[in-house]
Amino acid sequence: MHYQIVLKILGILLIIFSATHITPLLVSAIYADGNSLPFISAFSVTLFTGLILWFPVRTVKRDLRYRDGFLVVVLFWTVLAAFGALPFLLSEYHSLSLTDAFFESMSGLTTTGGTIFTHLDTLPESTLYYRQQLQWLGGMGIVVLAVAIMPMLGIGGMQLYRAETPGPMKDSKLTPRITESAKALWYIYLGLTVLCAIAYKLAGMSTFDAICHAFSTVAIGGFSTHDQSIGFFDSAAVEAVAMVFMMIAAANFSLHFLAWRNRSIRPYLRDTEYGFFLLVLGAVALLLLLTLSVQEVYSETGTTIRQGLFHLVSIATTTGYTSSGFAWWPGALPVLLILLSFMGGCAGSTAGGMKVMRVQLMYKQGKQEIVRLVHPNAVLSVKLGRQVISERVINTVTVFFSAYLLCYVLTAIALSAVGLDWVTAFSAAAACLNNLGPGLEQVAQNYAVINDAAKWILAFAMLLGRLELFTLLVLFTGTFWRD
Amino acid sequence: MKILILGASQVGISIAEVLVGEENDVTVVDIDRRPLQQLQNRLDIRTVAGHAGYPSVLRAAGAEDASLILAVTNNDEVNMVACQTAETIFGTPTKIARIRSKEYLKNPELFGADAGFYIDVVISPEVIVKDHITRLIEFPGALQVLDFADGQVQLVGVKAVAGGALIGCQLEVLGAHMPGVQTRVAAIYRDGEVITPVSETVIKEGDEVFFVAARKHIRKVMQAMRGKSDKTKRIFIAGGGNIGLNLARGLERQGYSVKLLELNPERAEKIADLVDNTVVLNGNAADAGLLLQENIEGADVFCSVTEKDEINILSAKLAKQLGAKRVMALVNRPAYVEHIEHHDINVIISPRVATIGSVLAHIRRGDVVAVHSLRRGRAEAIEAIAHGDEHSSKVIGKGVRDIPFPRGTGIGAIVRNDEVIIPSKETVIEAEDHVIIFMEDKSCISNVESLFQVDVTFI
Repeated sequence: MHYQIVLKILGILLIIFSATHITPLLVSAIYADGNSLPFISAFSVTLFTGLILWFPVRTVKRDLRYRDGFLVVVLFWTVLAAFGALPFLLSEYHSLSLTDAFFESMSGLTTTGGTIFTHLDTLPESTLYYRQQLQWLGGMGIVVLAVAIMPMLGIGGMQLYRAETPGPMKDSKLTPRITESAKALWYIYLGLTVLCAIAYKLAGMSTFDAICHAFSTVAIGGFSTHDQSIGFFDSAAVEAVAMVFMMIAAANFSLHFLAWRNRSIRPYLRDTEYGFFLLVLGAVALLLLLTLSVQEVYSETGTTIRQGLFHLVSIATTTGYTSSGFAWWPGALPVLLILLSFMGGCAGSTAGGMKVMRVQLMYKQGKQEIVRLVHPNAVLSVKLGRQVISERVINTVTVFFSAYLLCYVLTAIALSAVGLDWVTAFSAAAACLNNLGPGLEQVAQNYAVINDAAKWILAFAMLLGRLELFTLLVLFTGTFWRD
Repeated sequence: MKILILGASQVGISIAEVLVGEENDVTVVDIDRRPLQQLQNRLDIRTVAGHAGYPSVLRAAGAEDASLILAVTNNDEVNMVACQTAETIFGTPTKIARIRSKEYLKNPELFGADAGFYIDVVISPEVIVKDHITRLIEFPGALQVLDFADGQVQLVGVKAVAGGALIGCQLEVLGAHMPGVQTRVAAIYRDGEVITPVSETVIKEGDEVFFVAARKHIRKVMQAMRGKSDKTKRIFIAGGGNIGLNLARGLERQGYSVKLLELNPERAEKIADLVDNTVVLNGNAADAGLLLQENIEGADVFCSVTEKDEINILSAKLAKQLGAKRVMALVNRPAYVEHIEHHDINVIISPRVATIGSVLAHIRRGDVVAVHSLRRGRAEAIEAIAHGDEHSSKVIGKGVRDIPFPRGTGIGAIVRNDEVIIPSKETVIEAEDHVIIFMEDKSCISNVESLFQVDVTFI
């Protein structure tokens, strides 16, 4: 382990991150909400800490090793969540405890979207904006952003990139150079955000709300500036815009890249992962709408379809926006939606969950085992489209699947142990591990009422989910630290 | 620049290493997935596994917008087909292929713009290495001999030895010691540190001096650096591969007395059929008894060019111990070249350093016709042509001292209409001059390149 270079990069990343406290400061100035002090302090503390870390080791020149990448990424997400919590902690408008501030910050960065605020509409604009911006930064990954703007990382950038990007196949690059790939991803991300903001504005939101919601939509985050989330606007147009952009952001960003570069929609059509995603969503939609109308949950068919589809897309992509809410739906429907969030969006998207590709590969492998029962001598290979998936990847996926379920169960049991009822515990564990946001029962609206211990457990689960388990778990193994 | 390297061979990998360091977008294609995986973990490149000649593979590797394709797989035919595919389907501007087989090399009409395979440049590392060694043997005492302007100008690295007339001399009075000989010292390496030469610099014993001179003057300068003029007559070559065999054939034609050692009896017999005066010996290069019996202490040069680095290093050391005057070893592995000290081996020949120049010449911006790597790739010497006129060029019409060269960079020589000029500070660059530039640190290459780019706004 080369702690010096790890510290150096951590320092530089903090210096860069400190800049993200400046935009909320501008928002504070524009709306004159009198909440600028926390951002000034947070900016100075972050910048100063970054400089302190960086200065003594600034001359160290060394390539980041494979292993150091994990440490940098995990440290950075933890440290960032801590420094990101400063504005919440320091503001006098909302006296949050340390636990609450950290939870909120982690929930933002990991694009979970579960909040501890109970009266969002009364918060100063700068705080509201800052929460949305945290989600936006966490969506594509702040480390990927750093890779894009720091050419000095060299091959080390690849190690960081690999430790942060979601999906089972992390070695594929969009362009030969990692900084170029990271830049391409951020340009697409930025472009989508701008489009989304314009669409929201046209759908009738205020400019402030449009920008804020664009941030959390494209990041598949789920934070809103209102207690009633998207329901506040009570507009079919707004919900439609949200659904379209959630579906776009849940696709693999390399598809957007290829489509943009080749000026064609063929990459989307040829992608089997997205096809599988649509298929599953379609099947669940049928079931959902059928149940909702048979049970006569909503009086009008139009409302049934609108509410049903909106919540389906919002939960399945792990965004976590709500309109009229889904926790009160009858029977197993709320559980069905929460279970759907385990699949999440596609690999290489901003969505959480286990990623569609892994579920798809598990499905294909299962199918293969059945074929093998019928034809014991068959030679079979697992394919996605025309691409053969190596045994190695399949194994990783299987292990990931089991580990994910284990982490889920352990989190839920830990939550019960600290005093949550079991529906809250199991739904909150899923909502945080999948970076979804809203759960059931006590956590259907927000996370304000649960105790501190539960909040720390959930914050850990969020990071576990965002870094796809192994990047974080590897730090808890002996092999990692032994030389 | 977007560059496609086909084949993760020795040459391919080392070229990728150099090019990645120079901010190029590099994609490496190989049929075998495993070396690619390792390469991608180490270098910031993209890799694609597949047959390098197949259009689908090339397309996946980004051939559509690549500006250069470098086919260096171990298979000549694949390289040729890959270049043809790149030209026909993707219209890649520059295509370089490695061709090893003599059969193909003997017929250059196979590779051309109007017929045959569309290959812009054929490189043959074995031939390059062979020529490299031949030049080193031609100039006894030279550490490196590099050709510019078709060999009219050479850059030679030499170790200053006590007794040389120039030892203890300031550089400004060099001319006085060698009337009629014009030379320019490009760099001096003392105890591994580079010294940028100024007119007061004094040459000391043990310095590695790199100087530029017209080919006809090289011998005189070397003599002045080394005192005695050591004649080379008897040469031992260990290893009868392509390099060893061609080296022997070339040298025997120039009148040297050559002995060639080859371990494999069948190969030894085949070599014996192909050479005229060379004595082919069947035996181990590290067999002290055999070497002594063949009078190794009388050898002027012992050159070890087998396929194995370890054997080359050890047999060269052994030959030196047994009394050979100068020993050279071919070492492929960069780690062996950089991290092991070789006190008793006079010259380490690194094929990658020797070969890379012929590729770099096509990657450099501006009209750069020759590039040579020095000091294991840290320094570089280039030959660039000044195009344009006083308005569009940043160098034409300017005196040498007025050109804003980066530190540690200087003009070694100018070739104007086949005439070699060793420039003074007042010399003015004219259009179409071939300018030979030495850079102590390769990282300033882009500054130098931009000096020689014609400003398009003026055309």
